[in-house]
Amino acid sequence: MTIAVLLKQVPDTTARITISGGVVDEAAVGKWSMSPYDEYALEYALQLKESGGADLIAITCGPARASKILTDAAAVGADSLIHVLTEDSGMDSSNVQSLLAAAIGRVGADVVLCGKQAADTNAGSTGPGVASILGFTCVGMVSEVSTDADGFIAMRMGPSGNEKVSVSKPCLFAFDKGSMEMRRPNVRGIMMAKKKAVETLTPSDLGVSLIDSRVSLESHSAPAEKPPGQKFEGASSVPTVVSKLRDEANVI
Amino acid sequence: MEVTIIAETTGDSLHPITAQLVGAACSMGGTPTVVCPGGIGSGEASSISGVNKIISAEGECFDSFDSRAWANAISPLCEGVVMSSSSAHGREVLAQIAAIRQIPVIQDATGLEGGIRITRPIYSGKAIETSVVSPPCAISVRQNSFESPGNDGDAEISTVNSSSDVGVSVREALAKANEKLDVSEADIIISGGRGMGEPSNFSHLYEIADVVGAAVGASRAAVDTWDEIPHGMQVGQTGKTVNPSLYIAVGISGAIQHLAGMRSSKYIVAINKDPDAPIFGVADYGIVSTWEEALPILKDELAKL
Ligand SMILES: Cc1cc2nc3c(=O)[nH]c(=O)nc-3n(C[C@H](O)[C@H](O)[C@H](O)COP(=O)(O)OP(=O)(O)OC[C@H]3O[C@@H](n4cnc5c(N)ncnc54)[C@H](O)[C@@H]3O)c2cc1C
Ligand SMILES: Nc1ncnc2c1ncn2[C@@H]1O[C@H](COP(=O)(O)O)[C@@H](O)[C@H]1O
Repeated sequence: MTIAVLLKQVPDTTARITISGGVVDEAAVGKWSMSPYDEYALEYALQLKESGGADLIAITCGPARASKILTDAAAVGADSLIHVLTEDSGMDSSNVQSLLAAAIGRVGADVVLCGKQAADTNAGSTGPGVASILGFTCVGMVSEVSTDADGFIAMRMGPSGNEKVSVSKPCLFAFDKGSMEMRRPNVRGIMMAKKKAVETLTPSDLGVSLIDSRVSLESHSAPAEKPPGQKFEGASSVPTVVSKLRDEANVI
Repeated sequence: MEVTIIAETTGDSLHPITAQLVGAACSMGGTPTVVCPGGIGSGEASSISGVNKIISAEGECFDSFDSRAWANAISPLCEGVVMSSSSAHGREVLAQIAAIRQIPVIQDATGLEGGIRITRPIYSGKAIETSVVSPPCAISVRQNSFESPGNDGDAEISTVNSSSDVGVSVREALAKANEKLDVSEADIIISGGRGMGEPSNFSHLYEIADVVGAAVGASRAAVDTWDEIPHGMQVGQTGKTVNPSLYIAVGISGAIQHLAGMRSSKYIVAINKDPDAPIFGVADYGIVSTWEEALPILKDELAKL
């Protein structure tokens, strides 16, 4: 079994997002991290690897700075690292999907784990799109996964609560918040990871020709400022707030 | 402009977002066809004003959720702009339909204008993206972002058999931790944080939720600290993104990752004993008080309405 995990580097959730000249100023981002759901995908990829003796390949697509998260993944146990190098971080989702699918095809993975949505795009298109290109079964909203006789057992959020599902290979799991946090690396892991080679590939190495996007960005803007709210002291103000909710806000 | 809407259902009926999608399609000058996966809700959908026609898509693959099978079965029925809810299921199916049809996909639109100009939050609401795309394309829409039209429609329903191979089978549906309304479906949400002190104190939130038909949510600190609070209740960056008319945060500090999931709520009420809690920065109505003092009064006042 060969496992691929898709990891994206995004501004840390605590980072300030500033806009300059109508676009998000990436140079002003103070800290970059692995997208939160991808951490769960990585943890469960490690567990699959440990239970099945498989090879785990971490893949990212992005600018040069992104290779840091591959090294972080190696520190906790990823076996090989692939960096699809692209300079355009605001690339059309279809291009990202084609590049990731090609990288997965190249390593011959039969199970892919990724996040349900990235903390920058907030989209949730990549996992399902990659699965579709590869013809893999796609399971989203996953919180756990383990191997089964000829496939996998996953826990996912269903229409009326959690569901345990069996999934046939080849397949892709898009992770929601998992039941287990990502393990922390130990010193030995960190030392080993520093020596681990990152294979850097360009779109043409992967035989992918990027398409001209039909989506054109007009602008990024700051979210509309809410008018400052009203603040009341003490529980005795509750009746006032309730009447305001009814008469001012009309929500109850 | 041809628009295909993928109906969203809850149980055996239509989710309110389906009508909102029709409203959104009409507002950008589209003529919507509604596809009902598994035929669910087709009667209801045909009465939504502005709907051109209904396709009741019947097939075995719709018995349970397998997004690839659904996308394969629905894609051939789509034309022009394909729209869905930006729920987890909606996004998953839509992204695969977009990949099959080789059309661009834009998720979680909160604004749409003819043309097509789309606005959507990115970076968990820390910025807004405006982009322009020409049909055909795929767009998912955030709940409560568009008005639903009336109910005086009478669109013709045609039944189509369309199915596809299934790769996911449900082994076991685990009983929901509570049979209550889910936060992603509620128009009013009351959420508790670590400030609730004990998980058993969430009973005060459930009592109020019962009075107004609200769902109960939680912060990550509450979900992570107490096993009794299931993670499906978590609101925020790594939980659910909600967009209700009213969000009441009780004993929640207002960390940036919590705000990421709820700041677009129409009205926000915060109850917190710390006057400097960041949650007051986004609250329309802030009450500086302990929940022990405030919640009993809140319950009585709401019961009086
Ligand atoms: C990558 C990442 C993702 C995250 N995702 C999420 C997420 O999805 N959702 C989320 O919520 N958090 C998330 N967090 C965690 C977040 O940073 C905060 O730790 C969390 O939201 C804090 O929860 P809280 O407000 O309940 O607890 P606290 O911060 O401990 O706040 C408790 C509040 O209760 C008040 N209080 C105490 N007693 C009372 C009383 N008797 N009456 C009234 N008020 C009282 C206190 O004044 C305080 O403001 C994430 C963090 C990271 C790093
Ligand atoms: N550039 C990328 N490199 C690696 N993985 C990615 C990339 N973009 C998206 N992904 C994966 O796809 C998930 C969903 O991303 P998105 O569709 O942008 O919300 C992420 O959580 C990652 O697991």
